[in-house]
Amino acid sequence: MEIVEHYLYTKEHEWISIEDGVGVIGISEYAQSTLGDITFVELPNVDVEVEQFEQLTALESVKAASDIFSPMSGRVVEINDKVSEDPGLINRSCYDKGWIAKIEISNMDEASNLMTASEYESYLESLDRGGDTESEE
Amino acid sequence: MNPYIPNTDNDVRTMLETIGVKSIDALFVDIKPEHAPKSFDLPSGKSEFEVMERLRLMASRNAGTLVPFIGGGYYDHYVPAACGALISRGEFYTAYTPYQPECAQGTLQALFEYQSGICALTGMDVSNASLYDGGTALYEAMMMGIRITGRKKVVMDGGVSPIYRKLIRSYTHNLHFEFVETPVVHGQSDRKAMTAFLDKDTAVVMLQNPNFFGTIDDFSDIVAKAHELGIIVAASVYPVSLGLLKTPAEMGIDIVTGEGQSLGLPLNFGGPYLGFMATRRKFIRQMPGRIVGETVDAQGRRCFVNTLQAREQHIRREKATSNICTNVALCAMQASVFMSLMGRRGFRELAQLNLDKAEFARQELAKIPGVEVKRSSPTFNEFTVRLPKNAADVVEAMIPRGFAAGFPLGRYYPGMENYLLVAVTEKRTKDEIVAFAKALAEVLR
Amino acid sequence: MKLIFEKSVSGRQGFKLPESDVAVQTKIADKYLRQADATLPEVSELDVVRHFTQLSQMNFSVDANLYPLGSCTMKYNPKYTEKVAAMPGFCDLHPLLPQLKGGERYVQGALEVLYDSERWLSEITGMKAFTMQPLAGAHGELTGIMLMAAYHKAKGNKKKYIIIPDSAHGTNPASAAVAGYQIISVASDKKGGMDIEKLKAVLTDEVAGLMMTCPDTHGVFNSQVSEIAKLIHSVDGIMYYDGANLNATMGRCRPGDIGFDVVHVNLHKTFGTPHGGGGPGSGPVGVGEKLERFLPISRIVKRNDGMLVLDYNYPDSIGYIASFYGNFGIILRAYAYMILLGSDGLKATSDHAVLNANYVAARLKKYYQLAFDRICMHECLFSALKQTERGVHAIDIAKYLIDQRIHPPTVYFPLTVKEAIMIEPTETESKETMDVFIEAMVEADALSRSNPELFHDLPKTMPISRPDETRAAREMNVNFFALKA
Repeated sequence: MEIVEHYLYTKEHEWISIEDGVGVIGISEYAQSTLGDITFVELPNVDVEVEQFEQLTALESVKAASDIFSPMSGRVVEINDKVSEDPGLINRSCYDKGWIAKIEISNMDEASNLMTASEYESYLESLDRGGDTESEE
Repeated sequence: MNPYIPNTDNDVRTMLETIGVKSIDALFVDIKPEHAPKSFDLPSGKSEFEVMERLRLMASRNAGTLVPFIGGGYYDHYVPAACGALISRGEFYTAYTPYQPECAQGTLQALFEYQSGICALTGMDVSNASLYDGGTALYEAMMMGIRITGRKKVVMDGGVSPIYRKLIRSYTHNLHFEFVETPVVHGQSDRKAMTAFLDKDTAVVMLQNPNFFGTIDDFSDIVAKAHELGIIVAASVYPVSLGLLKTPAEMGIDIVTGEGQSLGLPLNFGGPYLGFMATRRKFIRQMPGRIVGETVDAQGRRCFVNTLQAREQHIRREKATSNICTNVALCAMQASVFMSLMGRRGFRELAQLNLDKAEFARQELAKIPGVEVKRSSPTFNEFTVRLPKNAADVVEAMIPRGFAAGFPLGRYYPGMENYLLVAVTEKRTKDEIVAFAKALAEVLR
Repeated sequence: MKLIFEKSVSGRQGFKLPESDVAVQTKIADKYLRQADATLPEVSELDVVRHFTQLSQMNFSVDANLYPLGSCTMKYNPKYTEKVAAMPGFCDLHPLLPQLKGGERYVQGALEVLYDSERWLSEITGMKAFTMQPLAGAHGELTGIMLMAAYHKAKGNKKKYIIIPDSAHGTNPASAAVAGYQIISVASDKKGGMDIEKLKAVLTDEVAGLMMTCPDTHGVFNSQVSEIAKLIHSVDGIMYYDGANLNATMGRCRPGDIGFDVVHVNLHKTFGTPHGGGGPGSGPVGVGEKLERFLPISRIVKRNDGMLVLDYNYPDSIGYIASFYGNFGIILRAYAYMILLGSDGLKATSDHAVLNANYVAARLKKYYQLAFDRICMHECLFSALKQTERGVHAIDIAKYLIDQRIHPPTVYFPLTVKEAIMIEPTETESKETMDVFIEAMVEADALSRSNPELFHDLPKTMPISRPDETRAAREMNVNFFALKA
């Protein structure tokens, strides 16, 4: 399972890469492989304020829907239109071309609530692999 | 003896041995003695023959012989024999929701064709695979408009079926929406009153065509005004009328719903019916209910699947677009058979026939002294007449003469006690209409 | 297979309309008219009949295949009930007739079906009164939650939350949310039942009620149900019974006797009405004393002269929840089913449903991991985890069964069990049929050891192989005409 060294991670499998007060947000390799082929990306609106660990947006695959939570608080400054046109980009390049949004971080201290790559790696080891979700009534 | 349980005593013994318990009772260990029924006082069973006789007798106590001139959104259209015959195939009606597409292509393709037929009728881009009925479909359209706009004010035209309006009011009782109902003047939506209420807090405008009084409208002007303010326009339409009438898409309406009973379904004393819903492609994710989509299989062959399921309750649970699960797939398939039988030309002819018969009836009723059939805009196969007496009493007096004479509007519109809503479908013959007018004249004399 | 639209030939028509016998030719002003005819197919009646017959042959169905779809109760649908539903006098009855002055005289047979069905269901579930109006299970849930809300409003209770076990059907949280409540999800304990300690931890005065499927979707009857009811009632909460699994307990236990205040039943599950490829269903709702005055209008009452009439005079009612009296055609079938089976037949139904599920569980547990190794109710729940380790998932086993002409059990539900396989044989299947299913499952397990790769191309014998669902969801082609444009 690929993990990028200098990113920070959440328990919900989002990553954030911080540079000059701006955080780029995406989902991890673990998240994209668990979701399967992503079919829809609901992008947040630019200028929206988000709180740390609150819902930023949502993704859909064929048989699952997944809320994406913001790793840190801030204001959305840019969204990746390419992933809404081609949701598979997240599957193909979750750490790079498949980023979802950029936020202007409002509180750098919150970074301490996130996991480093090595912490995230041991966190993943502690998790069981999950399955698809499909149900019937 | 229960004819639907094949287990013999011998089977039961063998199975209990396999399970490793002594009796069927032992399988119910978790149901403690204190959970036992306090009563289970029901009659003992009967044979199929006895049940059929009893129900035949009960059916005979219903009004098989009244000639119906009653509509109100539910019409006595002819149901072609092929409709019933085809959906009575066990392969259709004893299947369930097509969760396993490889062994449900029949249902899936039939529903895809249904969706396409609804799009052809309404002119819209996308349709779902059905909702419960016309009333609940309009409620879902309202909720969809609220989701799309993020606003909470609803403007409802008084020409929308009062049954639907009551239903929507009870559903939204616990939710904090602002409701405005606008009046109908001269049988049509009151443009002035309605536009006065439209503002940037309005989520959705709810309309109906033809409206409950039978009046045909062109809502293009209301739509244009609403769209300027970012308001969604939803309308309930009568599918048979779409054989002739301007489509909701041509008017620019965003969400179209309707009661599909007139598409080959019997009246069934109120259900099962067929709620249909169609919308613009850009709103497809906000549309509730199951949707069938086209794709290809591993060999590249065209096939069909339930798609966009991630919007639905079984995946999204409390965040779903709606709580709907079971829909009315079989009724949708029946409607699809009906639309296929009628075809492009037949559907237009059916609408014209309804229009002509109703027009004839209107002319006949106009000859009765004291009956007013004036209107300021056209009607389709249902129209309002003003009687010189209380319409409910007149309808009561018409029953022994063999007619269900229509729906008295006073029931839902205070002040309209003398108004009667009369529906005439392609099934009403000239003789029936003439006899109806004669009986009405007698009652009013 | 071609779409019906692709078989269209200009000039064909599948139905002959009557000639107009009135000398009227009406022309509506152009501004009200559509610009072009609706592009419905132009085909003959035989084209239509052959098309839909061939489509039907691409389906599995209860009439043709074992259909052990857990949580759906795919039992046999007796043929006479179809005949009853098609009887003239029932199927051609206009729903507004009883609302006309004097009209009730002409619908007495139909009102009796509804009135009697209410009585039967009240006795089966131990409730005081029923409404037959809800049009499906989820619609019944919404109605039940609305009744709950009306109760709390009348009492001046400030309630915000509804508690729902994690094993519940997705409709439960969705219905509660649609009615304006927030959801608290409670996890199950190791034996599959609701964890009482966890329930206590989330129970506050702001809890409006609890929604419980009983037996639950783990196939477990929670023997602590009375204790749970006491807890919920202690905060003046309402106990909601989701009747999806009523087929397990008829004559053995009635929700009304064990503390439930409101129930819905699925006539299309327990009472033998067909599932119709996804509907129509019917989800009548029953209530105890506490909630009766809030039931939707109209209600059917018997006048002193014996005449059944619609009564709208209930000031505390939640109002209209359906346009009319429910899915009458479905209620009629269920009514015919109930009176044929009677008291003993209904009890035997549940007894044999439970027996059959336990038989399947007992025979398969050597091969598949039981989610909860205990006596089950009318469905048994396995996990394909052992097979998954060999690379064969629950979905692969499902596709293997399709090639054996068996409709797969429910897979990946409930969400609480990984690689779930939920099997509900129902009482109408014979031991021989179940044995065929069991042998197919055993064979699938053997193949998961010997040849796991084989599964990935299954099914091989159907009109199509596995569809590309990702493509369907991304392209959203849901209308033939949009494709053409």
